[in-house]
Parts: sequence; structure tokens; C-alpha cells
Amino acid sequence: MIPKSIGSIRFRMMSPDEIRNLSVTKVITPDTIGEDGFPITMGLMDTRLGVIEPGLVCRTCGKRVDECPGHFGHIELERPVVHVGYAKLIKNWLNATCSNCGRITLSDEKREKYLNDLVRAKEEGSDTDRVIDRLIKEASMATVCPHCGADSLKVNLDKPTTFRIENSKLTPTDVRTWLEKISDEDCELLGIGYGIRPEWAILAVLPVPPVTVRPSITLETGERSEDDLTHKLVDILRINQRLRENIDAGAPQLIVEDLWELLQYHITTYFDNQTSGIPPARHRSGRPLRTLAQRLKGKEGRFRSNLSGKRVNFSARTVISPDPMISLNEVGVPLDIAKELTVPERATEFNIEDLRNLVRNGPDAYPGANYVIKKNNLRLRVTEVNRGDLAESIEPGDVVERQLIDGDAVLFNRQPSLHRMSMLCHRAKILPYRTFRLNPLVCSPYNADFDGDEMNLHVLQSEEAIAEARSLMSVEAHLLSPRFGGAIIGCIHDHITGLYYLTHGFNELEKSVALRILSGAGIDKAPEKLTGKEIFSLILPQIDMEFKAKICEHCEKCDKENCPNDAYVVIRNGKLVKGTIDDVAVGAFNGKIINEIVKEYGDIAAKDFLDAASKLSLSMLSLMGFTVGIDEEDIPLEAQEQIQEILDGAEERVDELIEIYKRGELEQAPGRSLEETLELEIMRILAKARDDCGQIASKHVSSENSAVIMARTGARGSMLNISQMSGSVGPQSIRGERISRGYEHRTLSHFKKGDIGAEARGFVESSYKKGLKPLEYFFHSMAGREGLVDTAVRTSRSGYMQRRLINALENLKVDDDETVRDPADKVIQFLYGDDGVDPSKSIEGETVDVDSIVNKIMRGE
Amino acid sequence: MGKRDTINALVKRGVSEEDASRLADKGYTLDKVKRAGYEELEAVLGGNTKAVAEIFGIQIKEKEPRGERKKEKKEKATKKPELTSEKEHLGEQDVRNKAEVFAEGKLPPKVIDKIAKALADKNVNDRIIEKVVKETLKEYERARVDAGEAVGIIAAQSIGEPGTQMTMRTFHYAGVAEINVTLGLPRLIEIFDARRKPATPMTTIYLEEDIRHNAEAAKSIASQIEVTTLIDIADLGIDVINMHVNIIPKLRRMKDRGIDVETILIRVKKIKGIEAKMEGDTIVVSLAQPSYLKLQSLIDTLRDLKIKGIDGINRVIVRSENEGFVLYTEGSNFKEIMQIDGIDKTRTVTNDIEEMYEVLGIEGARNTIINEAYSTLREQGLVVDMRHIMLVADLMTCDGDIRAVGRHGIAGEKPSVLARAAFELTVDHLLEAGIKGSVDELKGVSENIVVGKPINLGTGGVKLIFKGK
Repeated sequence: MIPKSIGSIRFRMMSPDEIRNLSVTKVITPDTIGEDGFPITMGLMDTRLGVIEPGLVCRTCGKRVDECPGHFGHIELERPVVHVGYAKLIKNWLNATCSNCGRITLSDEKREKYLNDLVRAKEEGSDTDRVIDRLIKEASMATVCPHCGADSLKVNLDKPTTFRIENSKLTPTDVRTWLEKISDEDCELLGIGYGIRPEWAILAVLPVPPVTVRPSITLETGERSEDDLTHKLVDILRINQRLRENIDAGAPQLIVEDLWELLQYHITTYFDNQTSGIPPARHRSGRPLRTLAQRLKGKEGRFRSNLSGKRVNFSARTVISPDPMISLNEVGVPLDIAKELTVPERATEFNIEDLRNLVRNGPDAYPGANYVIKKNNLRLRVTEVNRGDLAESIEPGDVVERQLIDGDAVLFNRQPSLHRMSMLCHRAKILPYRTFRLNPLVCSPYNADFDGDEMNLHVLQSEEAIAEARSLMSVEAHLLSPRFGGAIIGCIHDHITGLYYLTHGFNELEKSVALRILSGAGIDKAPEKLTGKEIFSLILPQIDMEFKAKICEHCEKCDKENCPNDAYVVIRNGKLVKGTIDDVAVGAFNGKIINEIVKEYGDIAAKDFLDAASKLSLSMLSLMGFTVGIDEEDIPLEAQEQIQEILDGAEERVDELIEIYKRGELEQAPGRSLEETLELEIMRILAKARDDCGQIASKHVSSENSAVIMARTGARGSMLNISQMSGSVGPQSIRGERISRGYEHRTLSHFKKGDIGAEARGFVESSYKKGLKPLEYFFHSMAGREGLVDTAVRTSRSGYMQRRLINALENLKVDDDETVRDPADKVIQFLYGDDGVDPSKSIEGETVDVDSIVNKIMRGE
Repeated sequence: MGKRDTINALVKRGVSEEDASRLADKGYTLDKVKRAGYEELEAVLGGNTKAVAEIFGIQIKEKEPRGERKKEKKEKATKKPELTSEKEHLGEQDVRNKAEVFAEGKLPPKVIDKIAKALADKNVNDRIIEKVVKETLKEYERARVDAGEAVGIIAAQSIGEPGTQMTMRTFHYAGVAEINVTLGLPRLIEIFDARRKPATPMTTIYLEEDIRHNAEAAKSIASQIEVTTLIDIADLGIDVINMHVNIIPKLRRMKDRGIDVETILIRVKKIKGIEAKMEGDTIVVSLAQPSYLKLQSLIDTLRDLKIKGIDGINRVIVRSENEGFVLYTEGSNFKEIMQIDGIDKTRTVTNDIEEMYEVLGIEGARNTIINEAYSTLREQGLVVDMRHIMLVADLMTCDGDIRAVGRHGIAGEKPSVLARAAFELTVDHLLEAGIKGSVDELKGVSENIVVGKPINLGTGGVKLIFKGK
């Protein structure tokens, strides 16, 4: 069978005739189900409109539930009614045409000019709407029709659907006859498509959507609950019926008009229940009805929720937890999940025995199979009972849905999926317990941590998808980020600390110790004595590099390889000669060594290196032990006194400054008011006081302090964190200023009015270790709250920006000739990025790393 | 295709039977011949090559490249024919020329420049230069984008993802501590929205070379630009007895700004319905029919009377930087500023994209978008590859107008009804499509997702046809 595929979609307003032709029945009864419990013929649930109840057969197509797509019916409206969505356009049409002859109120020459403009705009592919807008505007100005000489009066629209000419009301019937006079040629100039008539926007017939679109649900009590659309249609039918009865009975014009308006109201709300200017129609319970427009609109609407995003099978979701012992391209899948998720595998003469065994195991004994799809597309569930027979019956060509096994390609994803690295292809590894396990190395692309994060897993269902995912979406293929062309996957936290301890200095290790460290990385040979650097060298491929490590103190004169801090990394021929491995060398978002290995030896080598490095580092850490205790942040009494002095001094200086300001002697900074100058100066003094405290504190904690090592190597935390723990927390700010809100002229009732000293404006002089005073704690919470609010606001704002960016750029691709084009083949760039280089294949965005090539060649000479 | 078919196909195209069979013997198919190089064919066909090559439009590859530009290069090459093997220290320009020849126009100029810089004044010969160029070419080819790559989505993600890490704080202090500039996420959104006026317009004015280090000149230019209102340089007072307004100039401030009393008088006299004259040091402004209320409103008019400067520039800061004095203004009026003598018009910029567009054209706008977005991200410590930002800027400016990213710009102009409906204003777009009779060709990404077809980017952008035997 040749698969059918949609080539294009034409949108078109339906004519009354079309609606009638499409309809399978006229609907007249404003009721759904009769007393006999069956749908009423020519009612809203007529079985010709489709069926939703099991057992019933559609009287139009003869199919059952789920097979019958449903069929449209129609309602003949007694009086025509305006379509809300087109009210504004109708107003424009009326204003631009003559009520008498129906022609556009423009002289023939002008009309000709606009026609030419329109043709040209179409040829150029530019916006035709602008031409049409101009035409309508000009034609609306006319007071007399240039063709028949009739007065052209302004038509007003009383929102949402009432038209008024001067002060008399135009009924929809009047509007309809007016619009009918407009010629087809003029329609084109008014922006109406070929073969579409403006009078169709005044509804004479209303299509009734199939029941499948508005299914009713039967509650447990046996009570039926109809869909909102059905409710609305019932209303329409009722009023329509009353209108007919009144007209037939020759009721006074006034009553007929009232009912007509009521019909207009119901049809308006049937289309859009959020039309401004009229009260929304409500359900009995008071909830506004969800009518047609509401079904389509917005994030939960049909488009964004069901058409742009679709739900899938073969997926799983659970909490994640770390497992450093699996490879970074693996994901640990709980056994319970593996038994539910299946991969379809077609039996061939080569794998048929394996598949038979799986089926024989059944759905409960892992690894087993859950379904067998026979060649005739019969889908059989594997059960305890039939597994034996089913296994025997398998022949080549059958498909077995076997349970997930180690090595299967799966997609792993964590929301928010902000970039393509949020969904990568891992190899499944079936493990006990109930969480997904992932290697901490891949936390960074997912931005995951283990404080309760959950992630999703999708099992691929076709060979094509598996092949594509394996080669394009695998973790290895995304070691370098296309955002900046550098490593995004790399060592974090303990990995870095461990490598620091391993490679810092020249600590010689016994063979037995070395072997224990190396065993994690899968190396089982070592010489008698070797240094940490040599151990690290064993996992390095043949590369040559020189760079400054994170622990570099940026001395004025760099001694390069003779760095006293061992901060200058030299790698020659794959041997770490000098320097310490830390964040700059292997960290996520940095990782110079990772960049180099990817470039020189490809992603698989880099993946192996990362796996080995993380294992080395972790076995190093577990060998020596690594911990941080609260007492590590203790500093000697004398240091505490020094800190106190600094703080007192700072506060004194702030008070002095305020004195100077009060005396009016403060010198104004250029471009600032006096108050701003004072505020800036105070902030500067206090920030400096905090930094000075940090200086004192860090002088008194040893450089072997665990927290300090983590901060210096870039594993976690910063020196600021440490100085806040042992020195002083420092000034708190809101909106970049010192805290000033609260009571009148003061932040809290504990201060005098007008006090703008350090303490009264949220300076926290205590350290976290010492503990905050109540007032300090309060100010600290204020600043902390600002941070939380900021994050909450930011996520929504940046999310919307990204949605817009994606929508604007989604269609651009590089063509075969390296130009960037949109789907209309319009050229956006003649050479992508001006050099045709893919940022994720470049190193940190450079077109080519010429210097290293030159160095390499010159060295060879 | 079998050998027989190949021969037939070739003969049909005018190749002699002999040549055709020779080609077919060597395993050539029709496509292969089309793709083959001249030398390649020559190896098979010898003397008859030319005729065959002409049929298939294969360029006769001689050492000289074709086309004007390449000829020029070749001339350069012949001008410097010293193809030495002796190692020597070459100047940057010499290396560049040689590298250009070896690169055969396949390397971007930026890379050639880098090679030149790296090899300048090093002990090199032609062989080394060639080797470097060849190696660079290899690296360059390795790093090229694949056809079909969804660069748009990558760019959007690369800019959007760091957005979550940016601060929301609107006001911040850029390079110049005295001027407030919107930064962070709000600024980035502002740039992509293509707003008419930025929240905090600002210009950076560079000076011409000869006055770059002249503080006096910088100050005088600053005073020409900065708006000086009457209140800045004079005290105003109402003389209730005589019912007129006194303007008492502050001479020191006036001197600082290079304004004399005459100028003030002239400016004040331009106001309609008043009379102004000098009385000693003060300017007396009187009304024909004075009333207290009128005097009060006169004071208000006088207070904000512009004496000097460019509209919209509230403040100018002169800063001394490495390369001399640079002026920063709060507020922007690029058109006027560019007409001031003494400023370096090649480098002076504003952060107002619209103004750059009006004065310097669409390329100016494009570069402003790139620079502003890049520096906004950079300032937050976020690294985003230039190419992503360039792509967005190019898309925003590619039809000669600045289009915003969003429903009033690029997204709203998409031809696809479904794509627009799936983005924003769903119902409006569908209704419009109904009246216009629009056709959705299903060429873009969104609409294909909506109808459930594979998208035509990446692996979806290629079709494979299996040709069975």
C-alpha cells in the first residue's frame, strides 16, 4: 500500500449550500436522548451523526465506535445571524461598498490603481493586507457612491455583532442582502479569496459537529452529562424553534426581534464564549462553558496541547539518583519498568531461537516478552498460560515485543527541555530498585540534581529511530555544546576534588595503592612506585597541551612550568608532566582536556577518558576520605577579634560619612545626587568590610581546608561562601540597594526614624558559623526572598522569549550549498555564520585553531 | 545501471562509442562521469578528453583558476615567485600572500589572517606555509556545517537556554558607572522585540584622531551635545512688584558650558508673546498683559528652555580610556550627533537599533543587534557563539526592515496558517484563513508536526530512494 500523506491544506469558509451538502441530517429537536434511552432521530445525538456508545452502529457509514469518524449535521436558522469572528471585517466591507449598488466606493481609476498594487504585492510576495487596508480606508471616506450616486453613510459596529447605519439598526438580513450585491471582482479587492462570498459570514445554516467531537459521558449513577458544545447547541435549537413558532404565529415584530437577538447571543457564545461585551454563557454550576474558540486557544487548547505536542506510549518516569559506577552513556532502568517497556523485534532465522526463549519466559520472568504480532497483524498478549505455545508458533516475519534489556537505545529527558542536550540517547542498564540511575557526569546537560528530580525515558520502536538516535543523539555526540563549542559534559564536584588530590604535587604511591585506584578505571598493571600524575597519565590519550589551571593565582610574573603552586599544566605526549588537574582541565562547561580529546581522538575516546577519570578520582577520594565539618570553619580568637575590628571600623566610617552628609559637606559624585553618592559610598565601604573579613578568615583557615580546596579547584562553592561562613555575611540588598522598605523612614521598629546606619539598613556582621542576630536574620530573609521571586519571574519571562525565538527560527536550515534558507527558499545567510563552521564542531567558536596547528608543525620541523 | 546502459546513455549524449565503452570499462556510470574531474577523464580517454568534457560541461582544469578575482590572486602569486626552500623570516603580508595562493580561495580571510599572524617573523619556507595551510584546510573542512542542519533551532536554543540564568534586575551599571543601562534578560528581550525606543538609550561617541587625547576638545564637544536648559545656568525669579520674570545668569556655569548671556537672550526672545531685555547682569522678561498665573507658566516654559545641545541627550559623560577620550551620553539622538564636527563617525554608535537603521541603514541595524545582544550576554558571563546571534540578526533584518521576533514580526509573517495558529492568536488566524481561502503548503516545522508528517530538517530533509535491481 502506498502510504497517503497530506500534501497541503486549504482553508475556506463554507457556503450554506456546502454546509447542507455536507450534512447527513437536519437537526430540529433540541434534545439528545429520548425516553426509550435511544438517541432521538433528528436530535443532537442522532446516530447518523456518528456513535459514541459501544454496541451502536452509525446509520451513515455503518461502522462502530472508534471506526466511525462522525458526520456533520446542520441547523436551518429561521433568521440569519452574524458570525462574531467576522463582525469587524463585515463592517469594513459595508463601509467600503455602496449600500445601493454594492460596488466599492472608489472611482474606476483609483480602483484600477489598487488592483495594480495588489497584483504587484502578490508578485513580490509582500504583504497584500496593507494594500487592502489602504483601499478600505480610502473607500470608507467616500460620502457619495461614484457609480450610482447614492449616499454612502458610515456603518458602525456596536460590539460584538450589531451593525448601525447612522442611527438605524441594520438587521443581519439587511447586511446579507447588501453583501450579496458585492461583485466577485470587488471581493478580491476586499481581500476575500477566490470563490468565497462575503455574505457567507452571515450564517443562514449552522453546521452541527459530529457527536464524536462532543461526546457525552455517563456518570456512575447512570446520569448522562453532555458536552458543553451539546448544551450550547440545545440552546440554539430551542431559541430557533421558539423563533419559528412566533414567526409562524405572526407574533409582533418586537418579540421576533428579541428572540432573534437571543439567537444571535447563543450563536455568538457557541463560537466564542469570551467575546467582550457580552456575558459568557454558563453551565448550571456557574462554570463558563468551553465553546469552540476556547477549545482551540491557548496553552491547553487543541493546537498547543494536542497538535503541537502529542502523548506517547513506551515511556516511563521516575525519580533519578546517582550511580558513578555506570558509564556516562548508560542509564539505570528499574527492573519493574524494564518489564513494562518493550522493543519490537522482527524474527529472522538468526534471532528466532532467542526470541522464542524470551516468549517462553513470558511477561513475568525477566527477560521476557509481552506481545507477539503475527504476520497477519494479529496482536497476541503473552500470558502465563499461552507462553509455551506462542513461543513455538513464532516464525520468521513475526514481531516479538520483547522486554527492555541491557544495551537497548533509550531516550532520556529532563524538563525543562531548554536545549537539545535535554534529551539524549542512553543505553539501558537494567538495575534493581525503583529509580533511574545516571552517572553524575551527565548532570550538567540535563541540569539535573538528585534532590527529588524526576526524568522521563522513552524506548525507541523502529530500527530507523534507533539508528538515528544512536548516531545523532547519543551522549558522546553531545560532549561539546553547540552554544559555545566547548565541553558541556565533564567532571563535577567530587570528581574534581579527587583529581586534585591525585595530581597535585608529586605524591608517590605504592603499587598496591595505585592498583586499587586504577582498578576502577579498568587498568590492572602498574610499576612498583608511581606518582599521582603518572596514574592520571595512564588514562590520557596522546595529547600535548599547556594551560593555566583553575588554582592559578594569577601572579604578576608567570613562572610557567616552574609554578610554585603546581598550577601550570603541561601535558606532553599524553603524559601529565606538570600541573594540577582541576575544573579548567576536566570540568563541565570548561574542560580543556575534554575539548582536545574530542578534537583529536573523537567522542568515544573522550567518553572513555571521562569515565576513567571520574572513576580514578572517586577511588582516590574513597581511599583517602574527604569531608567537610562545621568546625573547619572555626578561626582563632585573634582572627575573630581582627574581624570585629574591621566591622567596627567600617560601621564607624559609615556613621562619619552620614555625619558629613548631614552637615552638607559631602562632595557630590559626577552625575549623581547627594543621596545617591552617600548610598554608593556606604555600600562600597560595607562590601569592602565584608571582603576584608573574608581575607582575614581565609588567612586563618589552612589551605588544606576541604572547603577551601573545593572553592579553589572549582569543585563547589566560592571563597565568598567561605568568608560568609567564618568571617561576616555582609550587606544585604534588595534591587541592588540596601534594604530601605518597611516602616515609615525606617526598616523596622527597632530603629530610630531616619537611621541610615549600617545596621539599620541590613548589614549582617555575624558569620553563618557564629549565627545571625534576629534582626540580621530578618534582613537576610528579605534578600533571600528577593532571590526566589526573581527566579520565579525570570523563568516565565525567559521561557516566553525562548518560545518566540524558536518559533521565529524553527524553519531555518543549512542548504546543500551552505546557505541558510527558510522553507520558501529565501536566503537568510549566504554562508552560515560567515565561515560555514558548525559551532559544535569548532573549539570554543574559533573557525580553526591555527595556533595549535602552527605550533605542531613548527615543532615537527 | 549496467555497462550496456551506460554506453547507450553516453552515446545518446553525443560521446563517441569508443570513448563510451572505454569509460564504461573503467566502471564509470553516467553520474560518475558527470562528477569526474578533467584529469580523471584524461587518464582514461587521453586525447579525446576535451570533446567528452565539453559535453558534460566539465571545466578544463588548468593551473590558472578562472574568473577575475582568482586571476588577480594568480598575478599576486606570479609577482612573488620566490618559491624558496630556504628558511627565512617573512613579514606578515608576505606570508598572507603565499598562504592565499596555497589556500586556493577555500579558506575564509579571517583564517588566512590568523595564519599570517602566527607565521610572521618565524623561520619558515614555502613548504612549511603550504603544510600549515593544508592542515588548516583539513581542520576547516572537518568543522564545516552539515547540509540540512537545523541551525535556526540550535541558535534559538543557544540564546534561550542561558536566558534562564540571567538576572532580571533592570538597572545595572555598564562600563560607565554614571550611566544606568538596562541589562540582562529585559535588555535581551528588548533587542529581539525590536522595540522602537530602548528603555535606556545611550550613545558611545569616539573622537577623531587628532583630538582624541585633547581633554578640552572632548569637553567642548560634550557641551555641544548635552542639553542645557535655562535652569542649569541661571536662576529664575518673579518680580511681583513689576510683574516680570528675572533671569539671573550663573556666570561660572555658563563659562563651563561655553554659553554667553547673548545666546540666552537670543533664545529667550524667540518665545512668542514676550519681551526680553538686558538690565545689568539680569535679563528681564515681561509680558504684555501680565498676570500672576501667566508669569508662573512663563517660569515653567523658561525653566525647560533649551539653550544649547541636542534634543534627547540629557547627560554626557567624558571618560578617559586607553585610546583617549570617549563620550557616553544618556539618551540618544544619533542623527544629530553624527553631524557634529570632531567625532569619529566610523565608530560612534548608539544602542538604539531603530536609530542606527535610520542613519546607517539595515546593515547598521544588523550589526547593532549583534553587538548589543552579544555584549548583553557577555556582560552576564554567558558565552554564546557569535554565529547564533548573527543568524537571529540576519533573520530579523533580511528583508530590509527590522522585524521583531514574535507575533508582530517574524512569527506573524509566516505563510503557514497552522504555524501561526499554533503560536499565538489561534482563532484569529484560522478565521482569516477562512475568508482568504489560504492554502497551507506544509513546508515548515510546526505545521508538519501538527499534521503528523516528518519535518524537513536534518535527517527528515533528505529522501532516500531504494533502487532495486
